[in-house]
Amino acid sequence: MKPQSLFDKLWSRHVVVDETEEAPTVIYIDLHLVHEVTSPQAFSAIAERGLRVRRPDLTLATLDHSTPTRRAGADGRLPYASKAAEAQVQTLIDNCTANNIRLLSLDDPQRGIVHVIGPELGLTQPGKTIVCGDSHTSTHGAFGALAFGIGTTEVGHVLATQCVLQRKPKSMRVTFEGALGEGVGAKDMALAMIAAIGADGGQGYAVEFAGEAVEALSMEGRMTLCNMSIEAGARFGMVAPDAKTFEFLKGREYAPKGAHWERMLDDWRALPSEDGAEFDREVTINVSALAPMITYGVSPDAAAPVTSNAPAPANDAERDAAAYMRLDAARPFAEARVDRVFIGSCTNSRLSDLREAASVMRGRKVARGVTALVVPGSYNVKRAAEAEGLDRIFTDAGAEWREPGCSMCIAMNGDKGAPGELVVSTSNRNFVGRQGSGVRTVLASPATAAASAVAGFIADPRPYLANEGARDVA
Amino acid sequence: MSPEKFKTLTSRTMVLPQENIDTDQIIPARFLTTTTREGLGKAAFYDWRYDEEGRPKNSSVFNGVNPETTRILVAGSNFGCGSSREHAPWALADFGFKAVISSDIADIFKSNALKNGLLPVTVDEATHEKLLASPGAEVTINLEEMTVTLEDGATSAFPVEAFARRCLLDGVDPLGHLINQMPAIRGYEEARQ
Ligand code: SF4
Repeated sequence: MKPQSLFDKLWSRHVVVDETEEAPTVIYIDLHLVHEVTSPQAFSAIAERGLRVRRPDLTLATLDHSTPTRRAGADGRLPYASKAAEAQVQTLIDNCTANNIRLLSLDDPQRGIVHVIGPELGLTQPGKTIVCGDSHTSTHGAFGALAFGIGTTEVGHVLATQCVLQRKPKSMRVTFEGALGEGVGAKDMALAMIAAIGADGGQGYAVEFAGEAVEALSMEGRMTLCNMSIEAGARFGMVAPDAKTFEFLKGREYAPKGAHWERMLDDWRALPSEDGAEFDREVTINVSALAPMITYGVSPDAAAPVTSNAPAPANDAERDAAAYMRLDAARPFAEARVDRVFIGSCTNSRLSDLREAASVMRGRKVARGVTALVVPGSYNVKRAAEAEGLDRIFTDAGAEWREPGCSMCIAMNGDKGAPGELVVSTSNRNFVGRQGSGVRTVLASPATAAASAVAGFIADPRPYLANEGARDVA
Repeated sequence: MSPEKFKTLTSRTMVLPQENIDTDQIIPARFLTTTTREGLGKAAFYDWRYDEEGRPKNSSVFNGVNPETTRILVAGSNFGCGSSREHAPWALADFGFKAVISSDIADIFKSNALKNGLLPVTVDEATHEKLLASPGAEVTINLEEMTVTLEDGATSAFPVEAFARRCLLDGVDPLGHLINQMPAIRGYEEARQ
């Protein structure tokens, strides 16, 4: 048999009915994650047809997009952005109750962003197919799973049949060679990759991230990288499982236990791409000289080293983007004044991300005129961060420490920037108006966002990290 | 729910030449708190059409476009990138569009559009250039033949995934198709036990 790639193996293991000229493959789904925004119409669509949720045991729901990140007021009520937001949350609660689906509800100590909780609970595992009505579902691919975003109609298909119809995509391998320098991380790799292949460079592909720099990443870093696949147009991003993957999962609530764990380990060890496996496209990126990256435009592929200037626009689209962003091409990014900083989202809201931001903010102050918001990805992250005092580092610096949720990543819950503000954000999309009407979003790593909060200007985090030891002694 | 049938469409075009029009532009996130799929046409491209006070923007190309007669949206490449929100095709279809033509349309948007009677049409660069340069032109899309015919009579082919095409031409319902596979699905589950 031809050498198989990780993707080939994940795909072929889940084929229920193979594709023909007339019809796509019927793919079996091992885990269906559900949130309040993209599910209500799916639940009503299947109910209208008299269908029930077929496998509630393979379905997990959470509340994250529309939920407030401020605590309930004195009246005990959560400060929802609108009645519609509150009604949407209630709709998911009702749908989960009616269909016997486990929901991490408002008061659940495990609740968090859908792509943060799956791995935390140990539900995200190598070899699984995972879908969610959410384009960043590729995050779960970091564990060697086949994870992809679907639309609401397909959410209904999965609820009713536990399957989706999908043509097999082409395959691409992105190999990251070399070793990252200090202060440079997975987010910078992701932005460099998107800049290299373009916002549609991964369109139609399932992408495997490989190479020594990917192997060296923590599981959190691999999640950040896979999370951003869709910003290059790829619905599927994945990394081969290894000892780090297994170490991360061991002992988690839904991770296999005892003899079952040993059996699954054997199975998972057989997943990585074999030598000689073929890909439709190969891309190689060397990260040894990579600097922290930021975006300067309104598409995630408009990314450049934080140490540079915005490139002069070359066409109408770039001129429009430059006019919106108002980053002067003749001046370095470091001269661009920052109004707001957001540290959070399914890209960068895990404990390691918060540690990274805290290591820059420790003992420093958020610059005058800058509002900084730190939103942990889940209650688990929040508790762990508080246990090591990260919350105090942020609040002592003058940043706000909030309850978990998507928050300013999508600005649906009332957390947003004001028109014209420059926001340095650890989220994944710098689209026009994504973080509020007229908001100018600059995507960056947690370290770069934290450094920018402290500097009051877009800032390279490396000088802040270099002084870390000296400050601790002093 | 089976999608409305689609065979041929002749209509004037509206042109949005920008590249990378993401689904946050097509329908901003603040309109996503809905729990139904109806009535989203008014939110379509809201921030392109209205200012912060909700007044129509003078500069918007949507002004003067009659959704009754303008059923085809021509857009710059990588249309529909970003969020997987199916609210985007719901909003465009509710606004009145029945087809979107571009040189490149994002995967998830394409898949969502096909399920909602909004035909995504990917054409070659030369045809795309011509369409971008002639807003308001009359264009005919023939799904049976998988062709687009421009005002000057030039015809070019476009690809459509065979199953989605059949769903649109014959009103086949994808969920019905999946439900017909139930014996195979159960067999798969049992084999894995
Ligand atoms: S954090 Fe942002 S990208 Fe992630 S699931 Fe929430 S809204 Fe989507």
